[in-house]
Amino acid sequence: MSDSHGHSHPHAPHPHQPDVEDAPLTHHQILELAVAELLIEKGVFSGGDMRRTLEVIDSRSPADGARVVARAWVDPDFRARLLADANAAAGELGIDAGTIPITTVENTPDVHNVIVCTLCSCYPRMLLGLPPDWYKSRAYRSRLVREPRAVLAEFGTVLPDDIEVRVHDSTAELRYLVLPIRPPGSEDMDEAALAELVTRDCMIGVTLPDSPDG
Amino acid sequence: MSADDKTRLRRHHDMGGLDAGAVERAEHDYAAWEKRVDAILRLLSSPKRGILQIDELRRGIEDLGPGAYDELGYYERWIAAISNLLIEKGVITIDELGRRMEEVEARHEAERARTGKA
Amino acid sequence: MSAPRFPVGAAVRIRRAFPPGHIRAPWYLRGCAGAVSHVVGEMGNPEEFAYGRCDGPKLTVYRVRMRQPDIWPDYAGPPHDTLVVDVYENWLEPAGEETP
Repeated sequence: MSDSHGHSHPHAPHPHQPDVEDAPLTHHQILELAVAELLIEKGVFSGGDMRRTLEVIDSRSPADGARVVARAWVDPDFRARLLADANAAAGELGIDAGTIPITTVENTPDVHNVIVCTLCSCYPRMLLGLPPDWYKSRAYRSRLVREPRAVLAEFGTVLPDDIEVRVHDSTAELRYLVLPIRPPGSEDMDEAALAELVTRDCMIGVTLPDSPDG
Repeated sequence: MSADDKTRLRRHHDMGGLDAGAVERAEHDYAAWEKRVDAILRLLSSPKRGILQIDELRRGIEDLGPGAYDELGYYERWIAAISNLLIEKGVITIDELGRRMEEVEARHEAERARTGKA
Repeated sequence: MSAPRFPVGAAVRIRRAFPPGHIRAPWYLRGCAGAVSHVVGEMGNPEEFAYGRCDGPKLTVYRVRMRQPDIWPDYAGPPHDTLVVDVYENWLEPAGEETP
C-alpha cells in the first residue's frame, strides 16, 4: 500500500476499508490509531509485530476447534488426552492453542454443557477465533446462568427435562470448550467430514452439532 | 440471594442473573480497527512485554462506569481502558496522545478531502 | 505449593461479602453453596493482578458445582440442572460456616 499521507510517522498497517475510510473517524478509532502509532514509535512493539498478531487473530476460526472435536470422536485415546489437557492435544494437530489453559467439558447422554462469561467475555479464542457479538451481549451474559433452557430454545435447542443442563461461568484464568456428542448416523463418516458437522455454536454449547443429513 | 437485592454492591459489569430481552443473534464482521485493538492488547500483555495484565484491562473496563459501559461498543471499551492504563503507567503521556490524535484526525480529513469524500 | 484447603466433594459456600474492586466471584453467587468438583490448581490473584501486582502468593482455584434451584428460588428448569464456576480460595468458606 503506497504511503500517500506525506509524513514520516510510521503508522499501523490498515487494509483499505471503504466504509471506514469514507466516513469521519470516531473518537475511539482516532484513539486506536494514535495509541498504535505512539507504541510503535516508542519501540513497545513493531509494525511487524502488529501485522503478525493480526495474522494470528485472522488465522483462528471455529474450524480449528472442529478438527479437535472430530479427532476426539474417532480416536478415544486422543479424546482422553483432550480432556486431560486441551492445549497439548490441539498442539498434536498443529494448532497453537496458546498459554491460557482450555478445559474441555464433554456432553453425555445425561449432561449438556454450555459456556458463558458473565463478568466479561472469556472465550477460547485460540481454538474458536473471535467470539460472536451475542456471546458478549448483556442478554446472553445475564440470562444464560438464570434461564439456560430458555436461552438455548432461542437458539433452537430444546433438551429433555431428564438431561442435566450444566452452565459453566468462566470466572478464572481458563477457557472452556464443549465436546459435543457425535451425531447419530455419522458412524461411516471420515474425520474431515465429521469436522464439517462441528459448528462454533455447538462448541459453545448453545446448539448440537449438525446432523449428517444436513 | 435475590437478584433484586439493592443493598449489596453490585458492579455494573457483573450482570449474571439480571433480566434482559431476547439474545440478538445478528453478528457483525470485525472491523480492521477493532482487530488492531485486540492485537494491541495481545502485544501489551504478552509474557515477553508484560506491560498490561489482562486483569488490569478488565479492571479498567469495569471502572469506566455504567454510562460508558452501556454507551460504548466492545472494542471502544477496550481501547478506552487501554489508553487510560497506558497513561496511568507512564507509557504514554496525555499530551503526546492528544497531539497525535489531532494529527491522526487531520490526516484522515485531508485524505477524505483529497479523495472527494469530505 | 500450600495444600488445598478444600478436597473434591467438600461442601463450600461463596462468601457473602461485597467489597469494591475487581472481583471474579460473581454477585449472583455470593452466599450460594455447592460442592467442589475439581481442584483446578494455583493461579495468580486477579484482585492483585488488576493493579499490576503480580508477585504475591498464588491462590488455589476450585471448580464448584451448584444446583440451580439453590441459586434461583424461582428456577424454571428441572431441579437437577447445575451451574459450575471456578472460584479463588479466598472467596470460599465451608458451607454451614456462614459469615454473619
